[in-house]
Amino acid sequence: MAETKKKAKLTNPFEGIVETLFRFFENKTYLYLFIGAVVILLVIFPNTSSRFTQEIMTNLFFYIVVCLGLNIIVGYAGLLHLGYAAFFAVGAYTTGILSSVFGMNFWLTIPFSIVAAVIAGLAIGAPTLRLRGDYLAIVTLGFGEITRLTIRNLDITGGAIGLIGIQRPVLFGITLNQISHFYYMFFILAILAIFVSYRLHDSRMGRAWEYIREDEDAAAAMGINVTTSRLYAFIIGSAFGAVAGSFFAAKMTAISPDSFMFIHSVMFLMAVVLGGMGKIPGVVLGCVLVVLIPEVARGIGPYRLLIFGALLLIIMLYRPQGIWPDRPAISSKE
Amino acid sequence: MQQLFNGLLIGSFYGLVAIGYSMVYGIIKLLNFAHGDIYMIGAFSGLVFLSIVSPYIGAGWPALILGMLITMLLVGLLGVFIQRVAYRPMLKAPRLSILITALAVSMILYNTVMLLSAGRYRAFNVEISSESFYLGALRLTETRVVLIVAAFALMFIMHMFITKTMYGKAMRAIALDRDTCQLMGIDVYKIIALTFFVGSALAAAAGIMAGVYYGTIHFYMGFLIGLKAFTAAVIGGIGIIPGAMLGGLLLGLLEAFGTQIPFIGTQWKDVFSFAFLILFLIFKPNGLLGRSESERM
Repeated sequence: MAETKKKAKLTNPFEGIVETLFRFFENKTYLYLFIGAVVILLVIFPNTSSRFTQEIMTNLFFYIVVCLGLNIIVGYAGLLHLGYAAFFAVGAYTTGILSSVFGMNFWLTIPFSIVAAVIAGLAIGAPTLRLRGDYLAIVTLGFGEITRLTIRNLDITGGAIGLIGIQRPVLFGITLNQISHFYYMFFILAILAIFVSYRLHDSRMGRAWEYIREDEDAAAAMGINVTTSRLYAFIIGSAFGAVAGSFFAAKMTAISPDSFMFIHSVMFLMAVVLGGMGKIPGVVLGCVLVVLIPEVARGIGPYRLLIFGALLLIIMLYRPQGIWPDRPAISSKE
Repeated sequence: MQQLFNGLLIGSFYGLVAIGYSMVYGIIKLLNFAHGDIYMIGAFSGLVFLSIVSPYIGAGWPALILGMLITMLLVGLLGVFIQRVAYRPMLKAPRLSILITALAVSMILYNTVMLLSAGRYRAFNVEISSESFYLGALRLTETRVVLIVAAFALMFIMHMFITKTMYGKAMRAIALDRDTCQLMGIDVYKIIALTFFVGSALAAAAGIMAGVYYGTIHFYMGFLIGLKAFTAAVIGGIGIIPGAMLGGLLLGLLEAFGTQIPFIGTQWKDVFSFAFLILFLIFKPNGLLGRSESERM
């Protein structure tokens, strides 16, 4: 039985390679050595590369933080979120307004952006999640658009021009203003995000999410409060996005409504789905693809979104679990 | 009075799009994100058709009506094609997968038209007199009268189709219980395909009418109307066809009068209707015509 299964798998050469790699990394020593090597390479990276590549890598880390937050909602809880850029905007604008208008220290603005995101998450999530999970998709889509319109029309957010003059964060007496500073800052954030994601996944809440995703009715029958658990996922994910937004504002020092379009929400979602929803290595891989493909293949320019849309369709039709391979024995509903 | 008329006219566009949205949701529980893009494609196909035939028969009412029928047919078939390729394989998959598939379809349609139209606004040229006349205090044009009559006629035909024909009955039955319908000898897949055909055709008709009404069309026009159609469907009670029409008209009126309130103004129009969506979800989640739902999906 096991014999035939292996044979069937090996007919796809790509799958064969991945399987071999997986078996190799099942040995924990190799795995830790590999991860250690990657981390060391990434730490010394800024000393050996141009500002441009550092910028791209910083962007990649930033994507990893945002997408891991989105992954809590989409991957863990199985809810489609189409307005993630809006929560990201909530964080960015909270920091932006507090720092440029009221002159507040950057680090002190972060709790405020978390609170703002939680309020927004409750306002959107509580009425919607009470009903059906899939209403959330379209309500978040609407919320994304509405947030952008609101930012554009209000005075305190600087209207269509946006906010300028957001203060740089200061850490241990050093003002963070070099690209390498932000490289390290987002690198640390990405590692933190990965750590938090793993802890959440293994927590009691994480297991409840997985159960709900696989079989909502059975989970409810086992005494899990489906609505509350989903709401937690939605709010925690939103707070994640808001923190990333705060750091984004600090890095850019200027933000405008154009940074928070529907397209950005779609790109985040793309990264989560492409690599494999709910799987942290999968999400990281998805981010690498989404950030690096447009940089490597500059020629695709205007066709980028069309290609990504087609890719998304193909992934959903033929490999819904994403590019990153599944661990065996996970069966989907029906 | 003028606002009442405008509201009804815009509302009837919302209603036509909302019908397709609501029908598809009722029958396979899919929020079809691509529906707004179907509306946009309808408008563009209508424009292409008009530009082909206008050297021969002009761009007056006959050409427009012919164009509308042909576009409805073609876009309806496009809807069936999308359903067959993208949604049907996903019917048994988890809900999240089919939602993402719908998003992917929407992205493909939207970006294709964006590339083809070079991302510009296109003028929707028709040769119809734009002279206005007065009916009491109401300022009307020939176009507006014909549009509103056509929209209401389509809604009426649709209502008859759903309530009086075999196919309509089958659709309502599938919405209630798909598996039992299959056992009763209804060709479920055929009815689902028919639903997509009808829904897409209505959206295409609304697209062309919006083109005539506004005079310009662009690739982005489907995005907001998809959202509005969903709001309309929720207001009326999702899955209920008369509800979708009622919701659309109501939303159109709300917007028309809402923008008259001094504080709100036109730039807050979309925020205003979104707020209504949230309010409805909080206080009347089953919509105006919906029954309270005991079983949870």
